[in-house]
Amino acid sequence: MNKKKQATEHIIHGIFLVLGLITVLCVLLITVYLVISGIPAIREIGLIPFLFGTEWESTASEAKFGILPFILTSVYGTAGAIVLGVPIGFFAAVYLSKVASSKVRHTLENAVSLLAGIPSVVYGLVGMMVLVPGIRTIFDVPDGASLLAAIIVLAIMILPSIIKVSITALDAVPKEYEDASLALGATPVETYFRVSAPAAKSGIAAAVVLGVGRAIGEAMAVMMVSGNAANMPSLFQSVRFLTTAVASEMSYSSGLQRQALFSIALVLFLFIMLINATLNFFLKRSKED
Amino acid sequence: MSTKRSAYIGIMRFLMWLCTGITAALVIFLLVYVLMQGFPNISWELLSTSPSYLSDRIGILPDILNTVYIVLATLIIIIPLGVGAAVYLTEYAANKKLVAVIEYAAETLSGIPSIIYGLVGMLIFSNNMGSCLMAGSLTLVIMNLPTIMRTTQESLKTVPQSYREGAFGLGAGKWRVIRTVVLPGCVDGVVTGCILTVGRILGESAALLYTAGFAHVLNGLFDGLASPGATLTVALYFYAKEQGEFGVAFAIAAILMVLTVIINLAATVVGKYFAKRRSL
Repeated sequence: MNKKKQATEHIIHGIFLVLGLITVLCVLLITVYLVISGIPAIREIGLIPFLFGTEWESTASEAKFGILPFILTSVYGTAGAIVLGVPIGFFAAVYLSKVASSKVRHTLENAVSLLAGIPSVVYGLVGMMVLVPGIRTIFDVPDGASLLAAIIVLAIMILPSIIKVSITALDAVPKEYEDASLALGATPVETYFRVSAPAAKSGIAAAVVLGVGRAIGEAMAVMMVSGNAANMPSLFQSVRFLTTAVASEMSYSSGLQRQALFSIALVLFLFIMLINATLNFFLKRSKED
Repeated sequence: MSTKRSAYIGIMRFLMWLCTGITAALVIFLLVYVLMQGFPNISWELLSTSPSYLSDRIGILPDILNTVYIVLATLIIIIPLGVGAAVYLTEYAANKKLVAVIEYAAETLSGIPSIIYGLVGMLIFSNNMGSCLMAGSLTLVIMNLPTIMRTTQESLKTVPQSYREGAFGLGAGKWRVIRTVVLPGCVDGVVTGCILTVGRILGESAALLYTAGFAHVLNGLFDGLASPGATLTVALYFYAKEQGEFGVAFAIAAILMVLTVIINLAATVVGKYFAKRRSL
């Protein structure tokens, strides 16, 4: 090989190396930007009053920046969505993976993909028009835009991830386990829930964690149905999530208020990183199983 | 069989049916409801004009065009980046640790919520170039990079090693092998990745709100990319939440729903087509 050709190969290798590293650069860039822009407000307000303050009055003459209501709303909202969505997703996944005929399974899997593809603003719109008035009439509260409405919307939005990942995990259970259980006299249904599901538990745990990540990060749909007042969380009250706290004030914020919004984003980012680490843990374990 | 056992079986079977039924009913309800509410509000005037306060008219043509522009700009930037990253991982990278770091970074990127992308995109792009479709596009590039990378990587793995060895044996250099043997083999991965990306762009709103802005002005491609503009989803949000124009919002929602169905069908059809071609 001549020298010129070798040099070209080196240059091309270099170009591909840069392209390969681009995701790493993006992650670093995002982290650095969030930390740099998130720290000043926390410094000025103080970490404890910021994280555990119960009042958020960013535009008052004596502004208060306590984000505990947002943190708790995000935690409760996510927990509620999980409590509601996981059982539905789990049972549906068992049915689709083990019981359904291939035609039914195929159709429903496509339906679930469709559910995953629906834009979050469409969920928000339907929530606004159906859920919010529904909650107002059924529970006889002054305004249906509440934590409950957000929980229901989030539960529906995390269903596809839970069903898909659980199906993958259940499909991967070795057939011998199930055959052995059936040979010992267990009925098919007993086998699915007492043998297959426990064998797939790491994968199903990964599905739940993925759902947690989706729910805690969702902004637009929640913004449209949760009323957006900075209250401490309560099922029938208007609430504000970490995500919506960032989104709702960004357009008109300035000074310390704007910096505080970046700090909220940093807190959300830390939550997400924690969830990602947990997700990786379960995914790794389910691969090892 | 004991009553306790048959009760357990009965309950579990009922729960499976119930939950599958709920899922199916949700999909059907959402589709039917949105289309029924949306279609009566779709008119030629809505689709072909821009909003005007003077004649009290709402048109979504600018939003449709903005969506098209943003999709085009994002794909043009993301394809070389994503394919390059995938080629590096499958063809060049010899260091296992580095590969692990890159893949971990890609997974991290796909777990970050879109509102955070919106915020960082605003800090990095919009604060320097003003809020415009291009800034939104660049934000979406970062967001969707892992998708293109993953699908391309998967299709590269199916290119038989013997092809590469054959080409090397004939005296081709590494770059020539990649250009002539490897890259043609990843077309299916790129197409699949692009379909998924288009789907995500169509549905994205939080990442665009503060990067691409929310104007409804009719522009050409290049002027459009340099000026702020709302995509269909962002427009839906504003019409529903800020202006209470629910008819328009439902019309946009119905359009988005139809597009989602089309994208899903396209992904399935393309997947089948490539699987068939590969098995030949």
